Amino acid sequence: MLEIKNLKTSINNKAILKGLNLTIKPGELHAIMGPNGSGKSTLANVLSGKTGYEISGELNFEGKNLKEISVEKRAQKGIFLAFQYPLEIPGVNTNNFLKTSLNSVRKARGEKEIDTLAFLKLVKEKTSELGIDEKILSRQLNVGFSGGEKKKNEILQMKILNPDLSILDETDSGLDIDALKIIAKGVNSSRSKNKSFLVITHYQRLLDYIKPDFVHVLSDGKIVRTGCSELAEELEKTGYQTIN
Amino acid sequence: MKQEELKKSKEYKYGFITDIESVKAPKGLNEEVIRFISNIKKEPNWMLEWRLKAYNRLKNIKEPNWQKPKYPKINYQDLYYYSAPKSAQDKPKNLDEVDPKLLETYKKLGIPLKEQEKLVGVAVDAVFDSVSVATTFKDKLTEKGIIFCPISEAIQKHPELVKKYLGSVIPITDHYFATLNSAVFTDGSFVYIPEGVRCPMELSTYFRINASETGQFERTLIIADKGSYVSYLEGCTAPMRDENQLHAANVELIALDDAEIKYSTVQNWYPGDKDGKGGIYNFVTKRGACRGKNSKISWTQVETGSAITWKYPSCILQGDNSVGEFYSIAITNNHQKADTGTKMIHLGKNTKSKIISKGISAGYADNTYRGLVDISKKASNARNYTQCDSLLMGNECGAHTVPYIKNKNSSSIVEHEATTSKINEEQLYYCNQRGLNQEEAVGLIVNGFCKEVLQQLPMEFAVEAQKLVGISLEGSVG
Repeated sequence: MLEIKNLKTSINNKAILKGLNLTIKPGELHAIMGPNGSGKSTLANVLSGKTGYEISGELNFEGKNLKEISVEKRAQKGIFLAFQYPLEIPGVNTNNFLKTSLNSVRKARGEKEIDTLAFLKLVKEKTSELGIDEKILSRQLNVGFSGGEKKKNEILQMKILNPDLSILDETDSGLDIDALKIIAKGVNSSRSKNKSFLVITHYQRLLDYIKPDFVHVLSDGKIVRTGCSELAEELEKTGYQTIN
Repeated sequence: MKQEELKKSKEYKYGFITDIESVKAPKGLNEEVIRFISNIKKEPNWMLEWRLKAYNRLKNIKEPNWQKPKYPKINYQDLYYYSAPKSAQDKPKNLDEVDPKLLETYKKLGIPLKEQEKLVGVAVDAVFDSVSVATTFKDKLTEKGIIFCPISEAIQKHPELVKKYLGSVIPITDHYFATLNSAVFTDGSFVYIPEGVRCPMELSTYFRINASETGQFERTLIIADKGSYVSYLEGCTAPMRDENQLHAANVELIALDDAEIKYSTVQNWYPGDKDGKGGIYNFVTKRGACRGKNSKISWTQVETGSAITWKYPSCILQGDNSVGEFYSIAITNNHQKADTGTKMIHLGKNTKSKIISKGISAGYADNTYRGLVDISKKASNARNYTQCDSLLMGNECGAHTVPYIKNKNSSSIVEHEATTSKINEEQLYYCNQRGLNQEEAVGLIVNGFCKEVLQQLPMEFAVEAQKLVGISLEGSVG
């Protein structure tokens, strides 16, 4: 599904990723952990296609060279990024935003646009499945949302867009235990043999609820260790310092 | 169509020219031309006198020059002041008699007059260059005693109303362009809503400039008698021409006791090309008088067209407890310039006004909000709230806010809020990541920015206006 070979990125001549290799197969869930400033968010941004980075190395998604594909085309092809800091867009109704988004993804897939009734039904189904209050959808997009509401909204969008590869950029940061469970539920209920996940996190806590197939440790722009979920538990005890 | 034309027509889809034979007044501005206009409209003598009075005044005054957008000197002797399709000379009595070419033109503009007559919802007066070519739904409105007709017809059929109210809000001595309009105005709409009547449908006028080297000087007069209500909408388009064309309209509103007028404008005159060549000079005077107690006038404008927009739809709040509102979206792209805002003149007690202005600049455009809140000595407990938000796209455009506040009454409350922001790259990235392309993302963010104003538009036009907002900014982000 996703193949990253010797990925190097820099921004304003400052090297961030320094030769990263990672392969994610369909159905797999990979967790990436690492200290602040190790390049975790950069990886998420580069995968989503954010501009402003200088990139070398290979980036392939479902057999296509991602480097030649724009942000929106990547999204349409099934890459979803749950933002660490979801953006507020005043005056834009959340429901309306989500519907516009879903329809552009559907259009790209060659599917018919969804009508309002079918959309509302889908939203109802997903919100009740996750235990999210439907009311947030009638508010302006992320405006005045609490930190937890913003993150839940990201996961709801993920559920509705149903992407092939979901990247969660520190979605668990700053969440209370109930919100954390909702996030985990969103991920776990989406897992299937052809959906893949890349979960970026600081803490092992989330991984109590989401069982990763692989855990990678990112340090100074490179993956320095790869293991199973036990690696996360070990890190929780010893910290990152012992890794290098 | 040649590639070039095709490209142009995508940028401004109303830019076509209707090939139609027209009757014109001789070029130039003089007493003869004014007599010609008055004569061709079969006006009574008092109307001609009124026009000549304005013309004599005009000779002694100069164009105002305090506005921000500067424009090359206009040669008033090099313009036509009257142009009408030949076929409209003998006023058609109903739609079946209207020249098919004209009906076709309005159809192309998205106003199918013939179909519209059969659909319930909006009554339309269609003004083509200097004449009104058709008014729909007349019978239904007449039943309620509502008068909705071209102003040239009102001058003949309802002289008592016209005499009483014309020029009562915008005096013929007001300023250069208002005076010019008073001397040479050609057509426009007239509305009278009788006492206690709630107009059952939206009234709408659609203005179209077609002829070249022609100024359009329309005049609209709306009177809402005691306890009545009307919602009125105007739309405007013009062909793409390399020359600048002058449009100097006057709009007067009068609301008597407990009456309410809601006036919405979707202005989409030709803005000129990418390099700023051509386009309409939209120099318009719009003013409403809340003459009666508890009356209300609400202006909503979506200004996306014209090379230069220069207008301040205002409210004179004479009646006690009267309310004035101004909701505005002004979008300028490429080399467009806008200097627009409102004047809220508080004269009565407990008068209230609200101003919500959203200015968006892209390309090399320049956008100014200019407003006056004037609270007189007698206006006890007057209240004003003003909010001006500007959104910038790119590094070459400008946004300016020039609010004037004159307050002579210490019991009043005046509030002013203003923000200026740039369209946020992170917001765009967020939208892109959800599969929206750049144009869709910009449209979404800008529509969100304008939402408070768009909500004020009548339902039928809100969707259209939303689309227009997106189209006007097409190509403004790289």
